[in-house]
Amino acid sequence: MQLKQFHNISATLAAASCALTSPVQAQPIRDLDSWQFDAGLLVYAEGNDQVQAYEGALSASKQLDDERKVSFKGVLDVLTGASPNGAVGQNRPQTFTRPSGNGSYTVTAGDTPLDDTFRDTRVALSAQYQQQISRLWQYAGGAYLSKEYDYLALSINSALARDFNQRNSTASLGLAYAYDTFEPEGGIPNPGGSVDAADNRVGASDSKQTLDLLMGLTQVVNRQTLMQFNYSYSHVSGYLNDPFKILSVVDEQGWANDYVYENRPDKRLKQSLFWRTKYNRQPSGQVVDISYRYFWDNWGLASHTIDTTWRINLADSHFIEPHLRYYNQQAADFYRVYIDEGQPVPRYLTADYRLGEMQTYTLGLKYGLPVAGNEFSIRLEYYHTQVSGDGSLATGPGLTGIDLYPDKSAIMLQSFYRF
Amino acid sequence: MTTLRHNNTPACSLTKQDDYWLGQFTLMASPCQLLIEQGSPAAAQHLLALAYAEGKRIELKYSRFRDDNIIAAINQLNGNDMTTAALRTVPVDEETARLLDFAQLCFQLSDGLFDISAGKLAHLWHFKGQTRPPNDADIQALLADIGWQQVRWQRPCLTLPLGMQLDLGGIGKEYAVDSVATLLQQHSQQAFLVNFGGDMYANKARRNGRAWQVAIEDPQRLGSGERMIALTAGGVASSGDSQRFFEYEGRRYGHILNPQTGYPIQGGPAQVTVLADNCLQAGMLATLALLHGDDADNFLQVQDCQYWLSRR
Repeated sequence: MQLKQFHNISATLAAASCALTSPVQAQPIRDLDSWQFDAGLLVYAEGNDQVQAYEGALSASKQLDDERKVSFKGVLDVLTGASPNGAVGQNRPQTFTRPSGNGSYTVTAGDTPLDDTFRDTRVALSAQYQQQISRLWQYAGGAYLSKEYDYLALSINSALARDFNQRNSTASLGLAYAYDTFEPEGGIPNPGGSVDAADNRVGASDSKQTLDLLMGLTQVVNRQTLMQFNYSYSHVSGYLNDPFKILSVVDEQGWANDYVYENRPDKRLKQSLFWRTKYNRQPSGQVVDISYRYFWDNWGLASHTIDTTWRINLADSHFIEPHLRYYNQQAADFYRVYIDEGQPVPRYLTADYRLGEMQTYTLGLKYGLPVAGNEFSIRLEYYHTQVSGDGSLATGPGLTGIDLYPDKSAIMLQSFYRF
Repeated sequence: MTTLRHNNTPACSLTKQDDYWLGQFTLMASPCQLLIEQGSPAAAQHLLALAYAEGKRIELKYSRFRDDNIIAAINQLNGNDMTTAALRTVPVDEETARLLDFAQLCFQLSDGLFDISAGKLAHLWHFKGQTRPPNDADIQALLADIGWQQVRWQRPCLTLPLGMQLDLGGIGKEYAVDSVATLLQQHSQQAFLVNFGGDMYANKARRNGRAWQVAIEDPQRLGSGERMIALTAGGVASSGDSQRFFEYEGRRYGHILNPQTGYPIQGGPAQVTVLADNCLQAGMLATLALLHGDDADNFLQVQDCQYWLSRR
């Protein structure tokens, strides 16, 4: 029998054990009593000089004791640039009255009409409270307020969660209520009415109410896998139009001689099913996160979202995280790219591409590293949205050669620091 | 012999011996002693209070029987994260980080024989009235939850897969002895000896040039007296399996468990005592020697340390 060869590890152990009890350098220890801050900066820019957004966010959270935690968040964002007003491009210049009713802007022949008055600053504040009620029950509640020039959003939320199955499962139930007030400059436009009509405003402000219900189940599958299922139901009622969106009224030659304001139903029931799996590969510590969401509403809109991230740990606590997302949306029943002159104006109508048929591809990469002992990360994402629809509608001298469904792309750069 | 009792630290007693002070208290379920060279009672009392407080601090911080300390946080016994329970990462303080670094080094140096994630094996091998080995299927199932290589340790963040548990019991007492010794040396020039249940450290030769006479409990010599060793400076630790074992079908099953097989180490000495630079080093050498079973002696021979083996 071969005798085992042993190495002298005594010196290594001596050095390591001495180092262990040498006086610890004074170093801040993050204990329960201290606030933890997360700071983020975001820049979002759409192609063709469309929307640009700059956002700064700061959140602070504190574990009050073993059971209770509070967090606060403040967000400031600035939006500039132009966004499609809903009208189709034309083989001649078009002039539009600004949504406020004051002044006008002209769009070059062949271009997608963009409303260049899009500029706003938004401040949002939220507070959240979490409490472990008993060993298995947890409560969370919070309030949210956001204010921009012509919009005020207020909401409250509340959720209960309970662990069971030896704490391998968590079931949760959440409720939220939101009340939003809209006060666009120039007033609320007359839905379905001509932009140029004398009586095209119906009031100074309007509001909408949203009631959300969320049911969730989180299941620990094994030591490395976690699965989450959510169902959400949302009931929205009130003013659901975008007051800045219009539709072209097009004659047989393809010329737009008039424009009407969009009109959406004043009720919307939204539902979604969500499934997510997180897998922690061992021993590399890589985390793979895959989710799928199916969304549908009573407007005929439906969408599928597949989202996946893959966190790969590098040396010295650095990591990279590629991100892939695919989004596919089926148009709302009342979506149309324009309406025909001489036909009655449909009861409900919108040309907002966000309610149209589209596919969005997102490609992103996040890089994280410790900075002064805290996690810092930076994320770059590229979005490409293919808007689609019936291309045969681009006929006649007015529309031939016009892209009725222009694609959109955007990049986003985000940085995040926790301290 | 005069006996002075001071009540500054109620959990401790301080008595005057012939030419030294003897402080006594109980920590980590072990009888603990602090021997201090002659000096004023107030100075001795001060050192005793320091020693007790430091030992108690470490016990509270690293005990696996509590649900409010860093071990509980690491083992995910408290709190409840709704979305990331399986992947929870815990940031740890500098002291814990050093202990984890040390444990990781020991895991590497021992090729996985020393593993602070092996504590769960004691659920199956509890030796409380146990007369036969646990079911092999249960052991194999438990092995999936064991193995430091599954832990992600990137200072200061530790990510433990769900189901796994860490237990610093294998180094906690030795670490406490060395920590107390370091602290006392910062506060006193006196010679002293810290003894936590047989794991001990002496800082320097006494004024009279004599060594501290300390008794090592030797299970093979129960009833026939203890083994006495003379300790001037350094750390002493013992490891043994003699009191917790059972025999089943002619085989002896002791409590030194191999984390890779899930079974007790076969053969080897009944007890190993090692003298090294400090208590942690001594303790680790003693523990690793026993984990090498019949090779314990061969292992210790190359370690440049003084040691005592108690054979069966």
